[in-house]
Amino acid sequence: MEKLIEDLKKEIVNKLRLENIQWDDIVTDDPLFVEGLGLDSIDALELMLILEKKYGIKINSIEDGKKVLYSIKTIAEFITANK
Amino acid sequence: MIKTIKSYCSIKNNKVIINGRVDPPISIDGPLDSYLNEIYRSKQLNYPKYFKMDNLCKLAFLTGELLKMEDNLFGINQTEIGIVISNSTGSLDTDLKFNSSIEDRQNYFPSPAIFVYTLPNIMIGELCIRHKLMGENAFFISKEFNPKIICDYINILFDCERLQGCITGWVDVNENNHNCILFLVKKEELNTGQIIFNENTILKLNNGEF
Amino acid sequence: MQRVFITGVGMISSIGRNVNETFSSLKALNSGISELTLLETIHKNLILAAEIKLTDEELFQLAGIKPQKGFTRTTLLGIIAAKEAVQCSRLNDISNRRVGLISATSVGGMDKTEKVYFNLLNGKSDFIYASTHDCADSTIKIAEVLKIRGHISTTSTACSASANSIMVGMRMVQNGLLDKVIVGGTDSLTKFTLNGFNSLMILSKEKCKPFDDQRDGISLGEGAGYLVLESEEVVLKEMKNILCELKGYGNACDAYHQTATSPEGDGPYLAMNNALLSSNLSNKDIDYINAHGTGTTNNDLSECKAMERLFDCKIPPFSSTKGYTGHCLGASGAIEAVISSLAITNKIIFPNLNFKHKMSEVDFSPTLELKGNVEIKNVLSNSFGFGGNNTTLILSRC
Repeated sequence: MEKLIEDLKKEIVNKLRLENIQWDDIVTDDPLFVEGLGLDSIDALELMLILEKKYGIKINSIEDGKKVLYSIKTIAEFITANK
Repeated sequence: MIKTIKSYCSIKNNKVIINGRVDPPISIDGPLDSYLNEIYRSKQLNYPKYFKMDNLCKLAFLTGELLKMEDNLFGINQTEIGIVISNSTGSLDTDLKFNSSIEDRQNYFPSPAIFVYTLPNIMIGELCIRHKLMGENAFFISKEFNPKIICDYINILFDCERLQGCITGWVDVNENNHNCILFLVKKEELNTGQIIFNENTILKLNNGEF
Repeated sequence: MQRVFITGVGMISSIGRNVNETFSSLKALNSGISELTLLETIHKNLILAAEIKLTDEELFQLAGIKPQKGFTRTTLLGIIAAKEAVQCSRLNDISNRRVGLISATSVGGMDKTEKVYFNLLNGKSDFIYASTHDCADSTIKIAEVLKIRGHISTTSTACSASANSIMVGMRMVQNGLLDKVIVGGTDSLTKFTLNGFNSLMILSKEKCKPFDDQRDGISLGEGAGYLVLESEEVVLKEMKNILCELKGYGNACDAYHQTATSPEGDGPYLAMNNALLSSNLSNKDIDYINAHGTGTTNNDLSECKAMERLFDCKIPPFSSTKGYTGHCLGASGAIEAVISSLAITNKIIFPNLNFKHKMSEVDFSPTLELKGNVEIKNVLSNSFGFGGNNTTLILSRC
């Protein structure tokens, strides 16, 4: 799980082009959207693309996406549960 | 009341010129976005969303920042400042990037973050979001920058609409070629030391004659 | 400033090859949204769209052009609709008048470019389509067919593009820069846009349901719409038949997000308000709103909020006609202006299709039935584009 969390943080910083943020600055339990990292709806869609491309898991709706993508922790748990 | 150019900035052929002053050259190899990112860093800008933009929007955004509109947009109300920009290649640069993400059926992953930028007028959206501009905005395609058409159009906007200010110019990107000039035009009382907005002045400034 | 009149209209979409067929479909509540049969895409059996069931060969025939390379589907649709508008307007002799063409598109020649892309890259063939990709190509070809040698320009502001063409054209005629102008836009269905909108997860799984509480996205469409605008002076001199008046316009930037509209509909509100101001009308003067109504959760709510603010919660009858034509992107503004002109000249309000559930956030619903014999003096037509480009047109009965 720890390795997965680290990979996710690096993936997010890289793929979402979060230039001024280091991967280890991201707090695992913090919300990713609105507060926390302040990601937006396009970032959410890109994250869903990462889940599909890297982990082979497809999220079919934005509603499902909102729950899964709440924080790094919820994403990691989702990936682990669906592997 | 007359129309004056409050500020102008161009970024082309690796040269940044702000209100007639040529910036010290930035020497950097590599693709266009390395150069643009270096301008961002050298000016110590702070707008994280910049890094998500495509090259066309980055170019427009940086030029817009360097117009130095400060906090009060030269005293113009945000609903009364418009934007009229044109170019020749549309969003071709990003169109090609997006197309390559959907061409290969074995490796099919259309990226929403790239698709968003496959419209040239998104650069206007980015400028408006950044500076909270809510006036009329338009984007045209033409073979070359045409000062006459731009001046005619903007004069009509000022004379017949409620605009008190307008950002206008040309923003074009084609692979590593970049050509951008933006002017901030304002309607104000005649005074000394002003640069009058007309076809000749736009032409001269675009040609680098200050 | 001169008054500006609409003397001709032309349109092609999934609900008709011309304005008459379009009108018949609108009255019969026939939607053009169905399964894809022509566009070759992996989404063929998954997504519905308002595809024009005519091959490129059939479009060449309709356009009256010999089949040849170098004509994109976007261009052919544009030629067909622009020719109809010109014929409708009896725009015969343009030699002694200043006549222009302002056309709009979002995909340009992408329909061909995406087919021949690898051939182009490998230097094999189809080089002609390298030059037809750009947005201005369709404009130039339409101008050549119509023999327009005056002012020609191309607008590219996504879903508000052809509404902006109409606005720019009106402005040029109002201010005496042109006597007559053909304005509108054209867009064809492409894998590029289908995949792009799908990646944004805003394509409906069924036929789009504008303003419905359970709406889930847009149905893409293709088509072209053009109008002929003429100045008051010219109309009087030439004793032209007028369809209706183009009374005013408004444009504003939402300044919120690249693809989403602000929750309170700031940009839409400003655009509609600017249109009323430019027309010297008040909110009480609007008899029907042809809404942008794409069927996305975001647009339809923002548009309703903007209408609430502008009309003090006394909202006139409104409907989105995208349940018929799909969302024709750059062409939608002009297509809906043509439909708005039909509403005025025939005293009809076209219903909002596929609606079952009122939105929970507002107290009103769109018009759900065809309403004939309605006194329609002023129609307000909305077109809101990505990038926050919001445009409103007002058309009036004469």
